[in-house]
Amino acid sequence: MKNIFAVAGIVIKELYRRKDFYVLFIVTILICVVMASVNIFDDKQIIRYLKELSLLLIWISSLVIAITTTARQIPAEKENRTLLPLLAKPLSRTELILGKFFGCWFACGLALICFYVFFGALAASREHHWPLLNYFQAAFLHWIMLGVVVAIALLGSLVFAAPSSNSTICFVVVAGILFVGKYLDRVALSLSEPGRSIAYSIYYAIPHLEFFDMRNLIIHDWPLISWNYFGLDVLYALAYTAFFLIAACLVFRRKTVN
Amino acid sequence: MSPILKTEKLRVEFSSREFHQATKVALHGLDLEVNAGEIFGFLGPNGAGKTTTMNVLLGFVQPTGGTAYLFGIDVRQPVARQRIGYLPEMTYYYKFLTAEELLRFYAKIFGLPRAEADKRIDTLLKLVELESASKRPIKSYSKGMQQRVGLAQALINNPDLLILDEPTSGLDPLGRMKVREIIQRLKNEGKTVFFSSHELGEVETICDRVAIIHQGELKTVGSVTEIMGQHPNLEKAFLNIIGYQPQTAP
Repeated sequence: MKNIFAVAGIVIKELYRRKDFYVLFIVTILICVVMASVNIFDDKQIIRYLKELSLLLIWISSLVIAITTTARQIPAEKENRTLLPLLAKPLSRTELILGKFFGCWFACGLALICFYVFFGALAASREHHWPLLNYFQAAFLHWIMLGVVVAIALLGSLVFAAPSSNSTICFVVVAGILFVGKYLDRVALSLSEPGRSIAYSIYYAIPHLEFFDMRNLIIHDWPLISWNYFGLDVLYALAYTAFFLIAACLVFRRKTVN
Repeated sequence: MSPILKTEKLRVEFSSREFHQATKVALHGLDLEVNAGEIFGFLGPNGAGKTTTMNVLLGFVQPTGGTAYLFGIDVRQPVARQRIGYLPEMTYYYKFLTAEELLRFYAKIFGLPRAEADKRIDTLLKLVELESASKRPIKSYSKGMQQRVGLAQALINNPDLLILDEPTSGLDPLGRMKVREIIQRLKNEGKTVFFSSHELGEVETICDRVAIIHQGELKTVGSVTEIMGQHPNLEKAFLNIIGYQPQTAP
C-alpha cells in the first residue's frame, strides 16, 4: 500500500502545482458570484436557478478535472520517460495503476470539497440555512461517480495513444451515459431485432452515472435518500470502478514500456 | 562466486506493426554473467541490443524466450529490483518536483524509513554536488545537473548493482569526469556496475570486464586486456570484432 500512496501523493502534488484546477475554480466562482449578484425579474425563486446553474458548472468542472488529469497520467509518464526510472524500482505495474487511480480520485475529492464549500457558502448567504446531510449525500455520490470516470479514463489512457483522443472519447462516453443512458431502455422498445437486443445490452452494460446525480436534493431541498439506497449506489459504483481498474491492470501488465 | 546478473538464452522479438514487415529479432539467445564487485562494460554499435537487454533486466520488456535473473531472482518479479539502481540514457524526472522531493519519493518506494531516507538524501545531494540546488524545481536544472539527479536517484537505495545506460552521453568533459569519478568511487565501495557506453576510452579506463554485442548476438566477453589482444586500443579491437572494414578512398 505504501507504494500506491507514494504514487498517489505525486499525482496530487502535480495537480496543485499545475494551474488547471485554479483556473477552473476561479472561473466557476466568478460565474456563480456574478449570477448571485443579479436578481432577474425580481423572482423570489431565483436562488433555485442560481443553485441549479452553479451545480451544473461544478459538475462540468469536476468532470473536466477528472478526465483531463487522468487521461494524461500514463501517456505523460511515457512521453517524458519518467516511467522508466519509476518501473526500475520495486514497484509493480498494478501498484502504479492503483497509485494513479487513487491520486486522481483523491485529487478530484479535494477539488470537490473546494467547490461544494464555496457553493454551500454562496447558497447559505441567500437562503440562510445549510442542509448538511443533503450536501453530504450529493457531494459524496458525486465523488464516488468520479471514481468510475477516473477508472474509465485510466483504462482509455492505456488503450488510446494520445491523451487528447482519450479525453475526447471519455467526454463523449460520459456525456452520452449521463444524457442518453437512462433512455436507452425506452429506445430499445421502439426498435426491432437485433437493434433491440443491442440497445438493451448496452443499457444493462454501461455504468449508469445518472444514479449519482443528486443535485435536486440540494436545489429543491428534497428529503434525504434512504441510506440503504445510498449504500447500494456506492457498491454499484465500486463494482464498475473495480471492473475498469482490473481491465487497466490486465492491459498494462504485458505492455512494452520503452 | 555466483553471478548477480545472469541471462540464459535470452531472446527478444519485436513484432512489426506493418502488415508486410517481418518480426525483428533484437536479441538472439544472449548468455551473460556479471559477478559481484566488477565494473562491466556492455558495448555494441547502435541497434545492437544493449538497451533491449537492459530493458529486459529492468522488466520493461518481456523476453520472447530465455530467462534473466538479478541476484538469483527472475526479473519479472518486482522484488528483483530491490537492490538495483538504474540510470536511463536520457534522464527525465518529474519537473514539478525538487531534487529533494524526487529522492524522497523514490526512497518511499524502496521503503526506506524516514530518518534513513533523510540521511541518504543529504549524502547523495553532496555526492552529486546538488545541495545548493536541492530546493529548486528540476525544470530549472541544466542537462548536467539533471544527469546528476539521475545518478542520485539510482543510488537512493544504496544498491549493490547499478545499471547505467550510457551515463555520460551528452555531457561536457567535466560532467563526464564527475560521472567517471562517481563510478570509480562506487567500485571502491564494492558495488557492481553494469553499464553501456560508446565512449571506448572511458570503458578501457574503468572497466574490469567487457562484453561486445552486435546484431543481438554476443560476440565476445572478457577482461579489457583479453579483448584488446594485439590491438593498440579498445576501439580498434571493437571495430575488428564487429567486422568493420575501413573503406579506402577511391
